[in-house]
Amino acid sequence: MGSDVFTLVEHVGGTVDDSTHELLGKARELATATGGRSVACLLHSGARAGADGLAADVVLSVEHPALEHFLPEAYVKALAALVADHEPRVVLVANSTVGMDVAGGLSARTGNGLVAYCNAITLEGDTLVAISQVFGGKLNAEVAVEGPAICSVVSGSFAPATGGSPDIQDVTASGIDNLTTTFLARIEPEASDVDITAEDILVSVGRGIGGADNIEFAQELADALGGVVSGSRPVTDAGWLSKTRQVGKSGQKVKPKLYIACGISGAPEHLEGMSDAELIIAINSDANAPIFDVAHFGTTEDVLDVLPALTEQIEAAVA
Amino acid sequence: MQIIVPMQQTVDLVEELELNDDGTGVEREYLKFVANEWDEQALEEALLLKEAAGGSVTVVGIDETDVDGTLFSALAKGADRAVKLTGDFENGISSHQRAAILAAWLGTQEFDLVMVGVQSPEDLDGQTGVILANLLDTAHVSVAIGVEPHEGGVKVRQEFGGGTVHELALSGRAVVGVQAATAAPRYVSISRVRAAMQDSPLETLPAADVDAPTGTTVRRLYAPESSSHAEMLEGDADAVAARILEIVRERGIVKELS
Ligand SMILES: Cc1cc2nc3c(=O)[nH]c(=O)nc-3n(C[C@H](O)[C@H](O)[C@H](O)COP(=O)(O)OP(=O)(O)OC[C@H]3O[C@@H](n4cnc5c(N)ncnc54)[C@H](O)[C@@H]3O)c2cc1C
Ligand SMILES: Nc1ncnc2c1ncn2[C@@H]1O[C@H](COP(=O)(O)O)[C@@H](O)[C@H]1O
Repeated sequence: MGSDVFTLVEHVGGTVDDSTHELLGKARELATATGGRSVACLLHSGARAGADGLAADVVLSVEHPALEHFLPEAYVKALAALVADHEPRVVLVANSTVGMDVAGGLSARTGNGLVAYCNAITLEGDTLVAISQVFGGKLNAEVAVEGPAICSVVSGSFAPATGGSPDIQDVTASGIDNLTTTFLARIEPEASDVDITAEDILVSVGRGIGGADNIEFAQELADALGGVVSGSRPVTDAGWLSKTRQVGKSGQKVKPKLYIACGISGAPEHLEGMSDAELIIAINSDANAPIFDVAHFGTTEDVLDVLPALTEQIEAAVA
Repeated sequence: MQIIVPMQQTVDLVEELELNDDGTGVEREYLKFVANEWDEQALEEALLLKEAAGGSVTVVGIDETDVDGTLFSALAKGADRAVKLTGDFENGISSHQRAAILAAWLGTQEFDLVMVGVQSPEDLDGQTGVILANLLDTAHVSVAIGVEPHEGGVKVRQEFGGGTVHELALSGRAVVGVQAATAAPRYVSISRVRAAMQDSPLETLPAADVDAPTGTTVRRLYAPESSSHAEMLEGDADAVAARILEIVRERGIVKELS
């Protein structure tokens, strides 16, 4: 096992994802502790997207036509080859779709220990200690890894690193000539009826609202406050709200002045999209729901009681 | 197309989670377990795919918790076979172990596609499906939101942050982690589940003895010690509403209220 710290660069169309800069922030710190280098792994088909500006000591640049878009099979095999050659102390990937697809595969192929859903990583001597958010964020697990490690990191966990003039090294891709996965198309989300990222006030509903018919209680409150209704993933998956109103990892990142979370548990994937809101008020009957760890104010009263009561009082106050 | 859907029961997250004696896991004995919601999505997508392309759906559960109900419910919804892999899993098992057990069993089966739930809330060491694919040396796609027949294989829609979607074609055997099915999971009545229990017994066989180290050690579990827990508002709904109105007013967030 070496002492380098690897980071998988996530990029689309020449733009490096914010999460990569966050990982590089942590990578620099860990590399200082291990005495190794911070190495960014850039898999691409020729553009070398943003390699020059990455805050790393070295960029390993792997070029191959199969790496034009994210192809899980190609990424796992290419990265596994890099890891086998260089034996880094730790590999950091974002806990994104890309990271979810790559981290487990890399662990299976290399035997390196994987800690998923990390939000903190430290070194205690030779032992890497990572905190993993489990059970929908209700508990943290402190996990020790003695050997080479892989950590998939929840977005927003580390401060981004910027500025760098890394040494860019070309590496020949191996093992990805015969793939059974082919890229067909990239589809951008449809234009939205409403842009929840531009709203000051969001009344956001989760599964705890109980059903499509109850959305109107949130709508009435949003109308009284001059805001709009957004929601968690299960609510948009169930069709209770349009997909364009989804807050979170696979939805929109929002930063309103007021976010009222109604029957939302506060899973890590949801918090990723809203924990920066200026004022968060959570209504959730489970006093241990993780949403209360990011909310400023909270209540365990039933959401179906609080919403109409609040609407009524606001309407009366405005009148 | 022969489709395998591994299904699991997972902790009901609304329940209070108590830690075991050494603080490295949750006390499982008194916990309530529910079907993993993403497995329900995977099963639905598998049934839709079978309806479109023909073939069969086999559900398989590693008997960590009482999976019988989940498996019978899958049979009632239209799965053709249900298999239960038994063993001593009292202390919980890792994703690496689950994947190794499933890989060993799949080695004895004919199949084209494995459709797992994209994750469960317990997955400390990564997702079972992705690990499984790499043990089987097949392709995999995680966070899938649609699978349909395509040129002898399947076309998978993979979702990224912000709702961007990639369409990928898979030509060989593969493992797909389903985030959401194309349609909401179908409903099945208790009476049909009961009928399935009588008509179609579970095939029960011992899980393979696997050696699948994770390379990790859990030192302890603990509730996140938040630096800023919410200030809880006291009183009934009206009192709470009054306090919220006051807070919103103080901050000048709603012009008409200031
Ligand atoms: C790859 C991936 C991407 C994801 N992306 C997103 C995303 O973008 N956005 C997102 O939100 N999720 C996302 N998720 C899903 C996420 O993991 C959670 O499943 C989801 O956030 C839970 O939504 P929820 O809080 O509405 O439902 P639940 O977790 O079921 O919570 C419902 C809450 O309502 C409370 N409740 C119930 N009844 C009442 C009542 N009467 N009054 C008050 N409270 C009540 C309960 O105590 C509970 O806490 C993603 C998951 C994956 C795997
Ligand atoms: N005990 C089990 N039996 C069968 N399948 C399982 C079991 N545990 C996990 N799986 C499958 O693996 C998926 C991901 O689980 P996890 O690795 O816990 O995120 C689940 O959605 C199931 O499809």
